Amino acid sequence: MKSAVIVFPGSNCDRDLAVAFEAATGAKPAMIWHRDTELPADIDLIGVPGGFSYGDYLRSGAMAARSPVMQAVAQAAERGAFVLGICNGFQVLTETGLLPGALLRNAGGHFVCRDVALTVENAQSAFTSRYDAGETISFPVAHHDGNYFADAATLDRLEGEGRVALRYAEGVNGSARNIAGILNEAGNVMGLMPHPERVIEPAHGATDGKRLFDGLVEGLMARA
Amino acid sequence: MKARIFVTLKGGVLDPQGKAIHHALDGLGFSGVNDVRAGKLIELDLADDTSDEDLDAMCRKLLANTVIENYRIEKVG
Repeated sequence: MKSAVIVFPGSNCDRDLAVAFEAATGAKPAMIWHRDTELPADIDLIGVPGGFSYGDYLRSGAMAARSPVMQAVAQAAERGAFVLGICNGFQVLTETGLLPGALLRNAGGHFVCRDVALTVENAQSAFTSRYDAGETISFPVAHHDGNYFADAATLDRLEGEGRVALRYAEGVNGSARNIAGILNEAGNVMGLMPHPERVIEPAHGATDGKRLFDGLVEGLMARA
Repeated sequence: MKARIFVTLKGGVLDPQGKAIHHALDGLGFSGVNDVRAGKLIELDLADDTSDEDLDAMCRKLLANTVIENYRIEKVG
């Protein structure tokens, strides 16, 4: 199984995500610099990490979305590779158009950095198969632009197609319909603002995030 | 040729920055402000033969996110 983590100037969760990928897959992911134009052949799993790529210039994720490597990520996603965008990675995926909508400044105007309760809305996806539908879990968030926005028709479509994977179980950032994480139409691309990679081992104080990565690997093994 | 690109949030898209500015104006005693919306001005210095199509494409592909923003192009000189 081949995994990769994309690294932009200003990424700061890339190494945490690499640790999570290695723990789940048993192999170190390739760290891919934003100027690279190719990913390892037959890549199975790509992580777009959190951070402040390009200093959040223009809009969060906007510059990273236009970097050379993202074309390769889009092509891999088209081929069926799993793509996981966390926090700034979610912003990058919406800016590339791999996921619908946009992440606006938090409604309260403040940077929010704390553990939040989430409800698993869809436990059928490859990213959430180790959770139970309706289960409440806790991941940390750390963002300023996490207020999910999409027009009403897009929101209805996401809800109707089971593409709202995770919802905040409490008020966090003003997100439309409390959306915390969504899936693409094919179900192989997920973006979420909370950080599962920060809660994968007992030393972190919680392990709710581990099941996301383990479930992903299980899904990949089943597919192989 | 120079162009100014005005990028503004679409109506209905929440603008916490505008709200904070509004609040600060209130605090300074300017009580007659009904609403504040903050946007961006991007100035481009362009080759004279830059086409309108290219200028529009720059806005759509990068300068504005049309999911949440409108843009207006003003050519200067």
